Formats: sequence, structure tokens, C-alpha cells
Amino acid sequence: MRIGVVTFPDSNSDVDALNALAVAGVEPVSLWHESPDLQGVAGVILPGGFAYGDYLRAGVIARFSPVMRGVSDFAAKGGLVLGICNGFQVLAESRLVPGALLRNRSLRFASKIVAIKPQRLDSPFTHKATGAPLHIPIAHGEGCYYVDEATLDELERNGQILWRYVRPDGAPALDPDDPANPNGSLRGIAGVCNTAGNVAGLMPHPERMSESILGSDDGMQLISSFVESARTWEATR
Amino acid sequence: MSEFRYAVNVLPKPGILDPQGRAVELSLPHLKITTVSRVRVGRRVELTVTAAAEPAARVVVDGLAKEMLSNPLIEAYAIELLEATSSTVSAVGSGTDSGASSGAKVTPS
Repeated sequence: MRIGVVTFPDSNSDVDALNALAVAGVEPVSLWHESPDLQGVAGVILPGGFAYGDYLRAGVIARFSPVMRGVSDFAAKGGLVLGICNGFQVLAESRLVPGALLRNRSLRFASKIVAIKPQRLDSPFTHKATGAPLHIPIAHGEGCYYVDEATLDELERNGQILWRYVRPDGAPALDPDDPANPNGSLRGIAGVCNTAGNVAGLMPHPERMSESILGSDDGMQLISSFVESARTWEATR
Repeated sequence: MSEFRYAVNVLPKPGILDPQGRAVELSLPHLKITTVSRVRVGRRVELTVTAAAEPAARVVVDGLAKEMLSNPLIEAYAIELLEATSSTVSAVGSGTDSGASSGAKVTPS
């Protein structure tokens, strides 16, 4: 099975994502931003980085790139798309997942390992996770998740909040000022999915903790969930 | 056709966290300024649209502002017409200069 990773100008985690997919036992395929052709992949990762220099707003220029036409069509057909960090920002700007990523409340670029917890274990992006907190790096300046209150309630009701930042005791860091909430995200949100559940974005980088040589393979719980779900989806095609 | 020069001013919507504005505010005491408050930091984009008339040009700017220059979820924008330049050839009888076909500038009020 083949899974694609998009490279935009200034993507910098594309190679990490390709490697994580190889570790997960699938054939990684590099997809170039100038072509809408997804080469028949069974899933797509939009990786971290600073697509198009983050000019104007993080993710917005990437939204209008040819490859995103292919990604939107793929998502509309039910294909699985995972946006990591800058990839999450691209999905949010593309309105493929709800919300916006504002500048971190601290105004500082946040680069450290955080704890996140899957909020449900029956989604295509989490079903192989144990449910325990995952220790995964973040590296972003604009990761403060925002939507209006009414939409937040809707996301809770629909089960669209897939990951939250958690405290050392595992309790969600719901307060934007909680030290375990690294960027001031509303209700401690680290990642969400669309209503259909096949497009998800998260700020932390699971691909950077995808094998023990990197310090931990916590991230592989999410990568392998995604890979397995893509395999299932492809089998139904 | 004419050319219309616009500025699109984009600001965080009221109530949306604006850490840049807050950082500016927090630095004001260092300048011994005590009379400034409610700082909001946004961005300004200037651009030129070629169109037959201003309303048509404004539709283009408005679409661009909504679609790309701002994120309607978190930002509000305002469009400002800076300059209109007529590039149509002047009607017969008006203007005898060799440069009659270029650029009468109108500055909006």
C-alpha cells in the first residue's frame, strides 16, 4: 500500500513523515505541491514546516496550491488525510477541518515534548492507541486552537476533538493558561477532525517519535492507526 | 479600462486574542506612555485592480479579501480605495497632448 506525503516549498517534516510511514511498513510516496495528481495513494499526510514561508497566514497560500485540489477531491471521496502541525494549519485554512490556529498566547515559538491524550479510540486516527498519554514533540509559533464557543460545543457533541493536551496526571489542560497547554488552545485542543471523521489535524509531531531510536515510539500509535485505516479504506474501493 | 488602487486592512476580530497587540501594550511603560490602550495589530495589503468601473473592481477585492487576505473566522477587513487611474483613450476633442491616452489620476475623497 502507498501513502503520500505532500512537499510544499518550506515543508521540513516531509522526510520524517515519509520515514515514519516506511517504519509502519507501507510504501511512502512523495507528492509535489505543483501537481494535483495523488498517484493513487490510499492516504495523504500534510507534513510540518512553513509552507510558502507562512506568508500572509500560516497555511493560506498552500491552500491554493494545485496539490490541494487533489487533496480536497480525495477527502470528499472519503480518503484519509492527516495534517501535522503546518499541515493542520493548511487543513484549517482550507476549511477541511474546523477552526483556526492563532499565534501562541506566549508569543513564543514552542519547541518541546508535550503530553497529549486521544479523546476517543474509535476514530481512524486513534484506534490503535492505548488511550494513555503520548509524549510527542511540538514545534510551532501558531498553534493556539480557536473556534467560537458554539462551534466548540458542536465539536464536543460530534466527537470531533481527537486529542487534548494533558497534565502530568493525565487530566486535560482545558484552561488556556494551564502550563500543560503549550500554546493557549481553547479547551486544551491539540487536534480535531471534520464531521465525516476522515480528515484530521494535530499540532504535535507523531512522526518525530515513531521509533525507539528517536527517543520513543509513542507517535507510532497514531501513525499506525492512520495506516491501518487507510488500508481498510483502500480494501473497500 | 481603469486601474484602481486599494488597501485592505485586516485586523483580529473583537474578542479574538491578539498577543501581538498585547505585547505592544505591555512595552508601553518602557516608553513611559500611559495614555495608550486597546492596541490591535493587523496587516495591510495594497493592490491594484484593472476593471471597467470601480464597483466591478471592488467585487474582485472583496472576494480576495474574504477568500485569502483574511480568515473570516478570526479576522475582519476593511477596503479603502486609494487611487483611481483612468487608462482609457480620451474622447475626441479632449486633450491634444501626445500623452492624452495615459493616466488621469483621481484621488478619492
